[in-house]
Amino acid sequence: MRFALAALLSHWRRKPLQLLTLVMGIALATALWSGVQAINAEARASYTRAASVLEQGALQQVVSKGGGGISIDTYGKLRRAGWNLSPVIEGTVRFGASWIKLVGIDPTTMPREGQVASITDGSDISSFFSAPGQLVVSAATARKLRNATDMRLKISENVPDDAAFVDISVADRLLDARGKINRLVVASEQRPGLDPIDQVAPETMLRENTDKPDVARLTDSFHLNLTAFGFLSFVVGLFIVYSATGLTFEQRRGTFRTLRSLGISLPALTTMLVVELAAFSLFSGIIGVILGYFIASALMPGVATTLKGLYGANVPGSLSIRPEWWVSGLAIALGGTAISSVRSLWRVWSLPILAAAQPRAWQRASAKTLAYQATAGGGLLLLSAVLAVTGSGIVIGFGVLGALLLGCALLLPGLLAISLASAERVSRTALTQWFWADTRLQLPGLSLALMALLLALSANIGVGTMVSSFRLTFLGWLDQRLAAELYVTAKDEDQATRLREWLPQHSTAVLPIWSVEGDVFGDQLQIFGVADDPTYRDHWPLIVADDNAWDEVASGKGALINEQMWRRGTAKPGQTIAMPGGWDATVVGIYSDYGNPKGQVIVGIDALVAHYPDVSKLRYGIRVPPESAPTLRQQLVSEFGLPETAIIDQISLKQQSRAVFEQTFAVTGALNVLTLAVAGFAMFSSLLTLSGIRLPQLAPVWAMGIRRRNLALYEVARTLALWLATFIAAIPVGLGLAWVLLAIVNVEAFGWRLPMTVFPLDWLWLGAVALVAAILSILVPVRRLATINPADLLRIFANER
Amino acid sequence: MTLSMTAVRKSYTTAEGVIEILNGIDLDVGASESVALTGESGSGKSTLLHLAGGLDHADGGSVIMQGQDLAKFGERERADYRRTQVGLVFQQFNLIPSLNVAANISFHAKLAGRYDAAWELDLTERLGLAPYLSRFPEQLSGGQQQRVAIARTLAARPPLILADEPTGNLDEATGDAVLELMLSLAKNAGSALLLVTHSMRLAHRLDRKVILRGGRIVE
Ligand SMILES: Nc1ncnc2c1ncn2[C@@H]1O[C@H](COP(=O)(O)OP(=O)(O)O)[C@@H](O)[C@H]1O
Ligand SMILES: [Mg+2]
Repeated sequence: MRFALAALLSHWRRKPLQLLTLVMGIALATALWSGVQAINAEARASYTRAASVLEQGALQQVVSKGGGGISIDTYGKLRRAGWNLSPVIEGTVRFGASWIKLVGIDPTTMPREGQVASITDGSDISSFFSAPGQLVVSAATARKLRNATDMRLKISENVPDDAAFVDISVADRLLDARGKINRLVVASEQRPGLDPIDQVAPETMLRENTDKPDVARLTDSFHLNLTAFGFLSFVVGLFIVYSATGLTFEQRRGTFRTLRSLGISLPALTTMLVVELAAFSLFSGIIGVILGYFIASALMPGVATTLKGLYGANVPGSLSIRPEWWVSGLAIALGGTAISSVRSLWRVWSLPILAAAQPRAWQRASAKTLAYQATAGGGLLLLSAVLAVTGSGIVIGFGVLGALLLGCALLLPGLLAISLASAERVSRTALTQWFWADTRLQLPGLSLALMALLLALSANIGVGTMVSSFRLTFLGWLDQRLAAELYVTAKDEDQATRLREWLPQHSTAVLPIWSVEGDVFGDQLQIFGVADDPTYRDHWPLIVADDNAWDEVASGKGALINEQMWRRGTAKPGQTIAMPGGWDATVVGIYSDYGNPKGQVIVGIDALVAHYPDVSKLRYGIRVPPESAPTLRQQLVSEFGLPETAIIDQISLKQQSRAVFEQTFAVTGALNVLTLAVAGFAMFSSLLTLSGIRLPQLAPVWAMGIRRRNLALYEVARTLALWLATFIAAIPVGLGLAWVLLAIVNVEAFGWRLPMTVFPLDWLWLGAVALVAAILSILVPVRRLATINPADLLRIFANER
Repeated sequence: MTLSMTAVRKSYTTAEGVIEILNGIDLDVGASESVALTGESGSGKSTLLHLAGGLDHADGGSVIMQGQDLAKFGERERADYRRTQVGLVFQQFNLIPSLNVAANISFHAKLAGRYDAAWELDLTERLGLAPYLSRFPEQLSGGQQQRVAIARTLAARPPLILADEPTGNLDEATGDAVLELMLSLAKNAGSALLLVTHSMRLAHRLDRKVILRGGRIVE
């Protein structure tokens, strides 16, 4: 038994490159998959952590029906009825340059499950109450806030970054809530026989504790996106494993035969092979998981920025090591190897072992196979089209994507075969005819790698087109939307009042940026007020608008909603929406609002103030001739003592927005490059594999007077031709992909639809990268061929094998 | 004289040391002459053919083909030589798997610039290959494949045909018939023929018979 295993393993000593290919294939597949899973797990864990700490997520909550907040009276009523509740006032405030989510709690009534332990432990509870107040924050937040506030800072590692617990009275003051409670936390232990909450206080309702935090639901599409990419890379990696095991099994056929004739039974042989593969896949899996950890760590800061920019979700930029990744990563490695080697194992089992090794049979695939494949591919494309037309939802969106990509990949070898056959037909000389025919002969052996390449290239083109289209639209939109030259935030209402008096004499227009939060059709969203100003009429980008939309808005009857609300079907033009606080407005227009995960409504400023007199009036956009913006800024600082950070000019705001935008897609870009790299490696390993069985095909041509050097050049040209054809095929596939992303997936995931713009120059760039990769992938095999010993070629012809 | 080998030596370096395979081969093949080369297995017949065909270098002596010394050739000239001056038929893997029978047959002739449709048609008829022209090598039996290889070599009408046991894998009757044809067609094409064979019976049908033994030619 031991000698048999030694004989089997000796193969790898003679073919170290093959071993490397196999290990790399498994490792790469595992790495990208488990890396993406690691990122997702980290983010999800952080959402849950944040929700359970900040939102007391494990407990039921009482919220107001209209969305306007709960009054002290209501709270008192419920307490008198015997309910054990604790009030929370929360919101976002600005400390210097940073926005902090403030959660104001009452530690004396907060049930223990909802407490952050460090607030109430022992002696210093009194400092939580006493003036000027104490902020309980994470260490990172504390560093940010150190010089921005005179409140005491207390560090608790349970608190997520950019959030702070304070006493409810402090929150009330800072948020200017005037006693409006956002929600009441319901203790899990209540006296029996209480009147139901909605009977005691019909203006409120009970919100069940959700097992999934809001932000987790919001970011689902983003994580699905990452998963899709991880899966794509995984599939591409498996292609490598598949071709590597196929070859090694074929080459060891002789050994198998010898072992069997020496009395090793078929089950014993199969067991040995399975054990061998399992050992390899475990070993490679470990490398893969480690690699995945590094990939994930490298991507995590970008992911964190994206999640914050797109969804306001706070995720740490670093990764913690979880034992379950190791397990799942190794399981993926084992599973992937099993899937991709089952065919080879089956052949060992089923083919007559005494048949001679047939290295060419392994790469041979009949026209029938290609036809079957193409039919399946066509079917998938059809499915994709049907899904695109009839289905909806983010999962269907990805279904459309998957079917499109896989369908095109399956069609590719057939299409290439047809093109090569026609090239062969029209070629004039014997040599060109042979060139094309021989390229076609390579197709079955390369088709998996070419399919992988098509997937990677079209993913690159598709995602690139999507991002570039988005960038173009976004920048144009930013130019329109950020029309004011300066944006100023007052310290408090007093200062705001003085600003309102002072600014009109020093500017062309003052545009209040005031908003409240409230429930519309059950969605928590922002309601903004706009002044009746030409700035909006001229610049604000409306996608759909009534003729006199702005007049309607100014009159207080009309409202504009953002695209997200419209696309999600929450409201549509002409519809009357019930606004929180018990008034109605009619939707008169839709505006695009990129980067905002939530719904938004714009009403006239007068209506806003009339219906929400408590609205905080701190922010303003100021229109001045651009050249006088710096002067005005200076004046604001000197006259009002405003800190520099309270005034932002248009240019820096745009810069900030652009930076967030670029960061948002940095992760996608990195995954794109990685997928392409894996596909390039797949191509390399296939070419290397083929070069091993290529000699009998090339030897006769050499014998008839074509030099080794020229044969090598033809090999390069052949590879380049296949890459080029695949690249050309990838362009329409990529554009199809971009369309699905822009028209289906983005609409479902983010709620906005973008016009598609094509950037051929980007393709050129990608083409250049692909060209370099192509040359790299053929370099080793071709160098071997160009310098091969003639004796090796001659051996082919002798009957001594 | 078409091919003239004088004092040709060839040795291989292996793990066990240097093995002398050919030590002093003198062999002339005249234009249109057919010569049978026989000898025990491992005596160096294939090696000799490879040297004559410009597929490998001799260690010493000279191989002169139509007045040109192969020893002076670089790789490019060797390739030119193989393309235009010789036709090779080996025991196996003669054919280009990606081309069908018709393309295989005309491949060498076209490379050599001596393509002649009428002559090729005649050849395929005589070798009985007409029904198989659109098949691919892997769809043919071993004997059919060798006939295609012979047809390809004859179609190119090289001054010298080198055939290394071309019918070694065939049964006797088929092998004899194929060789018979090859002989007469080579004569038609005006090619000289150096043929390695084990069959004494066949060897007698050729113009001359030489034996390779101990690294030398013995008549
Ligand atoms: N490339 C090589 N390296 C080492 N030995 C070789 C090589 N090619 C042939 N030989 C040896 O040279 C001897 C002659 O081989 P060959 O010319 O093929 O003989 P034949 O064709 O007469 O059977 C054999 O012993 C063979 O093993
Ligand atoms: Mg021989």
